[in-house]
Amino acid sequence: MAGQLSIAKALNDALRKSLESDPKTVLMGEDIGKLGGVFRITDGLQKDFGDDRVIDTPLAESGIVGTAIGLALRGYRPVVEIQFDGFVYPAFDQIVSQLAKMHARALGHVKMPVTVRIPFGGGIGAVEHHSESHEAYFAHTAGLRVVSPSNAHDAHWMLRQAIESDDPVVFLEPKRRYWDKGEVGEDPMLPLHSARIVRPGTDATLIAYGPMVKVCQEAAKAAEEDGRQLEVVDLRSLSPIDFPTLEESLKRTGRGIVVHEAPVFLGLGAELAARLTERCFYHLEAPILRVGGYHAPYPPSRVEETYLPDLDRVLDAVDRALAY
Amino acid sequence: MTVKSTARARKKAAPGVPDKTSAGSAAPELVQLLTPEGDRVEHPDYPLTVTPEELRALYRDLVLVRRFDAEATSLQRQGELGLWASLLGQEAAQVGSGRAMRPGDYAFPTYREHGVAWCRDVDPLNLLGMFRGVNNGGWDPNEKNFHLYTIVIGAQTLHATGYAMGITKDGADDAVIAYFGDGASSQGDVNEAFTFASVYNSPVVFFCQNNQWAISEPTTVQTRIPLYRRASGFGFPGVRVDGNDVLACLAVTRWALDHARTGQGPVLVEAFTYRMGAHTTSDDPTRYRQNEETEAWKAKDPILRLKAHLEKEGLADEAFFAEVEAESEKLGLRVREGVRSMPDPDPTLIFDHVYTEQHPLVDEERAEYEAYAASFEGGEHH
Repeated sequence: MAGQLSIAKALNDALRKSLESDPKTVLMGEDIGKLGGVFRITDGLQKDFGDDRVIDTPLAESGIVGTAIGLALRGYRPVVEIQFDGFVYPAFDQIVSQLAKMHARALGHVKMPVTVRIPFGGGIGAVEHHSESHEAYFAHTAGLRVVSPSNAHDAHWMLRQAIESDDPVVFLEPKRRYWDKGEVGEDPMLPLHSARIVRPGTDATLIAYGPMVKVCQEAAKAAEEDGRQLEVVDLRSLSPIDFPTLEESLKRTGRGIVVHEAPVFLGLGAELAARLTERCFYHLEAPILRVGGYHAPYPPSRVEETYLPDLDRVLDAVDRALAY
Repeated sequence: MTVKSTARARKKAAPGVPDKTSAGSAAPELVQLLTPEGDRVEHPDYPLTVTPEELRALYRDLVLVRRFDAEATSLQRQGELGLWASLLGQEAAQVGSGRAMRPGDYAFPTYREHGVAWCRDVDPLNLLGMFRGVNNGGWDPNEKNFHLYTIVIGAQTLHATGYAMGITKDGADDAVIAYFGDGASSQGDVNEAFTFASVYNSPVVFFCQNNQWAISEPTTVQTRIPLYRRASGFGFPGVRVDGNDVLACLAVTRWALDHARTGQGPVLVEAFTYRMGAHTTSDDPTRYRQNEETEAWKAKDPILRLKAHLEKEGLADEAFFAEVEAESEKLGLRVREGVRSMPDPDPTLIFDHVYTEQHPLVDEERAEYEAYAASFEGGEHH
């Protein structure tokens, strides 16, 4: 897989490989057939694998996830596409009460190898309900695994790993990065639930995932010009979280800043800050700070840049952390 | 499939939007093969040939299912179960539809399908685990093709439809029954299941037990047309059957399953019945319904009518009824003893089966709990 691929193309290739390698894999979603999905992630797949395996569904999100559960019970491995983040809520019961709990309710007798792909996050100038970051709801739910890639390599391999998982996986795709290109390697390099230090540093650790990894990398680059060495950790997996990698980093840097688009209040950053404080208390020079969205509905697109964390807001938090 | 086209034609010929009361009235389209007095009647669309052995077997099913249910209600009153959802009055709907299934067919129940479970040969004690609080289901659904009980109203109809979509993909001739109630007919999931099953032509029978009450709400709160007619809007046949008539339920469900398994798509069966007891042991129906209504339904009892038929036709003697009674006593005893000796799970059950594969947070919390428990004298904390 030499050459540079966009995240979108890397995902498309991953779906193709999954369809090729396992005849039980089926894709389901709205407009994923001839159209190839509104983001073209399934482009060409129905043509090559047939409408029996790449299934255009009625416009009913609960129905999509609920029938995927039934297909999984029959031995299939469904990969469902939710068209936009804000459209997943009608399927909330099926994901949280049915899909997530089925394995435990059956005392292990059944497995739910269902992947729920959701383009998430803002920054694309969309109308409302098209820019949300709802990862905390899913990460809060036992029984679900939640992951989010930040680059083309991870997009490809993490999706294949997610589809191969016998547990349900919520796969959050950073839609504003769909067209960012990167190298996709020949093997995954990491297990699905490991974090990765994408930039080493000594003064503070920036923790991010999905679309915010790029922002943090840019912030670290800018900080370097001021003589500050920021470490950037790409979380990759939001449930479970790779705490050993984070602890090791924080114990070296003594300062941590979590960055996500989702509202700060009760967001993933709250859990990260609490747990890392418990585990690294004597190594910390400052409280773990959080940068994220506000406790407000996702704003109209003309003001979304105010809502979304950017380089300056990250560096502002770095300043505050270093001031302790 | 002349039967199918006849049924379809009949539904199409049905009058338009009727007045509100007809939603709660059994007349006029009710399929009945055995009158409340125990007389056999024929229906042109649903012929049924049953041997005396089969009739006696159905009677035995009905009696044993009712006995099991009564035993469970008593066990709840004795504190052995936290809750029980009684099927009293709905035995014929469940046994009739359950016995219409083939071994390869699959049932997706609500939490009240004890009679269907019986027909699928699920150990009744398995059903009691969740009501006692020792698990949240626990049986292997694929062992008897009987899915776990589903409590969120209507959610299982989508699972049933997805499973049926899988049958089509496999090219198999199995079929699925999705059980639900009159209350669930209002749920989005049920209507989405109708849509998916319809557009994919899936082999699923939607079996609605209209027991007239969704806890305290009568069917008039859910619908202004008879529920079976909802099917026509989705493009598949709907049939209303006397839910207290085990023969009619058997014949109609058998037809519906064959319709589904032969590639003709879904069917909605509305079994018109009555919830004789409370919604669950936590409910008090005296607050919302009249005794006279319940008394009127007593006259339509599913077991008495089959017994009357067996007696009138001389198809069963005293020895048979005594034998079933003795078997029912035995079942009651087995259920009582089984529940009372059902062990509480080890508290670490909490951490079992959350995921199929290793999950560090669950492992960590299990270890924390175990260390905490071990810190008590004797190493146990309950």
